[in-house]
Amino acid sequence: MSVLMAATAAILFALGTYLLLQRKLSRIIIGIGLLGHGANVLFVNAGRRGRAPLIGSADPDTFADPMPQALVLTAIVISFGVTALLLALAYRSWVLTEDDEVADDVEDRSVAKEGFADSELEDEAALVADLESSTEDDEPAPIQREVGEGVAP
Amino acid sequence: MTILLALHAVLGLAAIAAGDRLGRRALWLGALGPIAAVGWLLGVLPGVLDDRPVDEVVRWVPALDLDLQLRLDGFAALMVVLVSGIGVLVFVYAGRYLSPTGPGVARLVGLLTLFSGSMFGLVVADNLIALYGFWELTSITSFLLIGNGHRDARARAAALQALLVTGAGGLAMLGGFIVLGQAAGTYRLSALLADPPEAGAAVTTALVLILLGAFTKSAQYPFNAWLPGAMVAPTPVSAYLHSATMVKAGVYLIARLAPAFAEVGLWRPLVVTVGVVTMLGGGLRALRQTDLKLLLAMGTVSQLGLMVAVFGWGTPTAITAGCVLLLGHAFFKAGAFMVVGALDHQHGTRDLRALPRPTRGWGPVAATAVVSAASMAGVPLVMGFIGKEAALAAIAESAGGGAVVALIGITLGSALTAGYSARFAFGALGRLARPDAAAECAASSLGPPALALALPGALLAAASVVLGVLPALEDRLIGAAATALDRAVEPVHLALWHGFELPLLLSAIALLGGAALHRGRRTVDPVLALGHTPASSAGLYGLALRGLNATADRVTGIAQPGSLPIYLGVIATTAAVIPGGMLLTGASWPGWPDLVETPVHVPVAALVLGAALAASVVRRRFTAALYLGLVGYAMAGLFVVQGAPDLALTQVAIETLTTVLFVLVLRRLPDRFEHRTPPWRRAIRLSVAGAVGATVFFLALATGAEDPPTPTSDAMVERAYPDGEGRNVVNVVLVDFRGFDTLGEITVLTAGAIGTVALARAGRRPHRGDGEPLVPEAEHPVPAVPLSRIATLDISVKVVFTAVMVGSLYLLFAGHNQPGGGFAGGIVAGAAIALRYVSGGIDEVRRLSRSQPWTVLGSGVLIAATTALVPLLLGGAVLESGSVTLHPPLLGDVKLTSALAFDVGVYLVVVGLALMVFESFGDDPPPRSDPITTAKGES
Repeated sequence: MSVLMAATAAILFALGTYLLLQRKLSRIIIGIGLLGHGANVLFVNAGRRGRAPLIGSADPDTFADPMPQALVLTAIVISFGVTALLLALAYRSWVLTEDDEVADDVEDRSVAKEGFADSELEDEAALVADLESSTEDDEPAPIQREVGEGVAP
Repeated sequence: MTILLALHAVLGLAAIAAGDRLGRRALWLGALGPIAAVGWLLGVLPGVLDDRPVDEVVRWVPALDLDLQLRLDGFAALMVVLVSGIGVLVFVYAGRYLSPTGPGVARLVGLLTLFSGSMFGLVVADNLIALYGFWELTSITSFLLIGNGHRDARARAAALQALLVTGAGGLAMLGGFIVLGQAAGTYRLSALLADPPEAGAAVTTALVLILLGAFTKSAQYPFNAWLPGAMVAPTPVSAYLHSATMVKAGVYLIARLAPAFAEVGLWRPLVVTVGVVTMLGGGLRALRQTDLKLLLAMGTVSQLGLMVAVFGWGTPTAITAGCVLLLGHAFFKAGAFMVVGALDHQHGTRDLRALPRPTRGWGPVAATAVVSAASMAGVPLVMGFIGKEAALAAIAESAGGGAVVALIGITLGSALTAGYSARFAFGALGRLARPDAAAECAASSLGPPALALALPGALLAAASVVLGVLPALEDRLIGAAATALDRAVEPVHLALWHGFELPLLLSAIALLGGAALHRGRRTVDPVLALGHTPASSAGLYGLALRGLNATADRVTGIAQPGSLPIYLGVIATTAAVIPGGMLLTGASWPGWPDLVETPVHVPVAALVLGAALAASVVRRRFTAALYLGLVGYAMAGLFVVQGAPDLALTQVAIETLTTVLFVLVLRRLPDRFEHRTPPWRRAIRLSVAGAVGATVFFLALATGAEDPPTPTSDAMVERAYPDGEGRNVVNVVLVDFRGFDTLGEITVLTAGAIGTVALARAGRRPHRGDGEPLVPEAEHPVPAVPLSRIATLDISVKVVFTAVMVGSLYLLFAGHNQPGGGFAGGIVAGAAIALRYVSGGIDEVRRLSRSQPWTVLGSGVLIAATTALVPLLLGGAVLESGSVTLHPPLLGDVKLTSALAFDVGVYLVVVGLALMVFESFGDDPPPRSDPITTAKGES
């Protein structure tokens, strides 16, 4: 692989990553597209360059490597499917919020800031502490018929 | 044994499923499980006692060497006596104790049966993993039984505590089992113990983890708080699970492992220390209880500590003594619990300050209380004495300071035990009550208990006396149990009288100490209260719970901040740093390759990069999308240069379709990106992007430096024509060599397309979005702008469309031998559809075909999958290719390969995908106000 092709792939990756870290979904989609192109550049350059691998058209030794080509072909089609799905997400986001910005998850932010107050857990820890001892009261326990659910009278 | 396990499961689930309709019959149904187990045990017992264990193996996952191995040896038989024997008595007792019509009784009974089965499985399991499975099943059934009165917050809290503590210990134990099993090379318990792995760090770690599990299960300090808490469960449950059986699971495990591992590293000091500390702590706390049930629970903790210490000691005599203790404890503790249950049931209280003295009809209960307490205290002529003597004798045999400390600890613990045993007996007999409270209680009492409440306890007490007076009766059972644990055990001869030796002296000291403690209780009480100050186990639990919660908050806050850029940034940084770091440290620099491989690359790369940069920086959505399209076309140029015409063809067609897709969607979105990014964020993004780029650059150079040896590709070129019957190697790879991959891919595409339509149509025109055909053919609305259409354009579009469609079909059929194929052909057809859309809108597209887009997609996947599967029917492999040569007139020979059929499927999927895109986004954007109202209407 030549330096030029490696640099092309690297710059496509860098631009793609930069866009991926944005908040607008449409930019993220473009970023994913660029990342895909970058990966394809790497792939086709990983194999040998040459003539189209059509048997009978030339000497097989001069063929380009068919394997990466097959992989890239599927990648191209799949990336179209991904783009369509992401655009549908962007569209949906716009329908709901009039914006395609990916906002922070409100619930997650509040947990990160204030913690998740689990009052039930606190109560249980307190209850357990006094389950263990019957000696705190001076008076005998009051008479109770129902000692447990389903206990016969 | 498998049948018995299945029987328990079926009976338990049936009782739960039948619910309260069964009433008291649920008890008889549930009791069938333990009764069957006892019957079976009696049948096989003679063989087991003669040292012929019953083995049973059920192959489960042979590939993983995962079998259900069951084994009933002497020790397992001893445990089954407790589990199923006492189980039967508990069922009889519960039949009277529980109201037959009360709510939840059937559930309680069903759970008891399930527990009984799980515990049975635990003691007969001969495979570590199976043992763990049953172990957790007992934890879960225990959780459900403690929390049976689920309307009571205390019951829920106690159940949760028990589950968390024993569950956490169980997980540690599983880790230990795996380490141990790997070290030993087998998970089969009997094989592992017969040939224990070499001592080492791994084995020590494994043992500590396993002991954690055992300590939590058997309520050893500092994990003991859950057991007193578990006393909120009905008394039959407490008698069965939390004194006689489940809490002995930890003791059981220690007993199994001790003979093999007692000499390994930490084992003896750790186990014996924990056991003795627990014995003393439990005894001290039991002495202060006024609730008889809690007193017994603390006593159980204390006695479990004794058993852990004795079994943990690990010598053959200690093992024998442990077995005697185990049996004795189950008898007296279950009996004592039944006494408390009867008192509670009849008097409505179990507070020793209010219990009245026994009247006529209370005789059996009172006798049970006295005998159980005597056995607990270790008074001669009852079973407990034999066990305690044997334990003291076993430890006294060993030399060394450890033995002396252990003896002192156990003697002190026994004195405490004698003290709280006296407190229990006198309390149960009403000797410690305040006269006024007792009188009040007696007045409201229901009188003496029914036979079923008194008899099971009395039977256990009678057994305690018989075996206490004639201990030789249990020689064979104890002998078989101890021999099963340790081959070195000598024949057991239990006797009442051993002569005047050290153990007798220590026993006497303990009993006198206990008596003194009881007599002087008013003086000792304040001293005992001081013993309450050290970190209590319940406090530790609360602390651990809060700490866990706070840590979870922290971790969640850091790991899940809810921001997509942060998530992606972390992923991108990891992707850059880890391979980049490995490159820096590991790879040798191959030297710079050629700057440029071929001059044609220069303009192509310039175009790709220029367009990509423009796409990244422009502020208008539309322009960005167009630049992205330009990148794609430039990529097609690169593919041509590389010698990949298929790719170039596909890329051009896809790019056209993608651009149309962007236009369709972006026309609904605002034109410009708003931009209010603080500079520091930009800097972070830029540096992450730069790091990713740099890593990719050097990675590409490092991996691409050597000319790749491509045997796979060479083989593909060689075999494409002979095997795949196609000249276009790329196409043969796609539809034949890697056909499975392609089949998966078109399935993914189909799923994605369905998702796209669902998202695009959600919340819009609800009357059309429910899977019905969107608009029936006849009802197609009249195009909104028919007048603006130009007739000549229409006609020329139709001509071009037809020509392009023919071209796409040609690509499909010729693709096996020339550039083209299903993907390329389908995409070109998609581009043709786009053309029709441009000229006539969505209705024009809908008019193209009667079938819905998803029908096209689905039939594509179906055809491809069928082609893949047909060879199976003909006895071949999946996707095996075949061909037929036809000789139609005029056209010459036409060779049809099965790969072509597969490619037709691919073609249809891609065409369907294009149709889906227009179906999703093709109709005119709704008016501005529409989406808002819809969104509100939905929420």
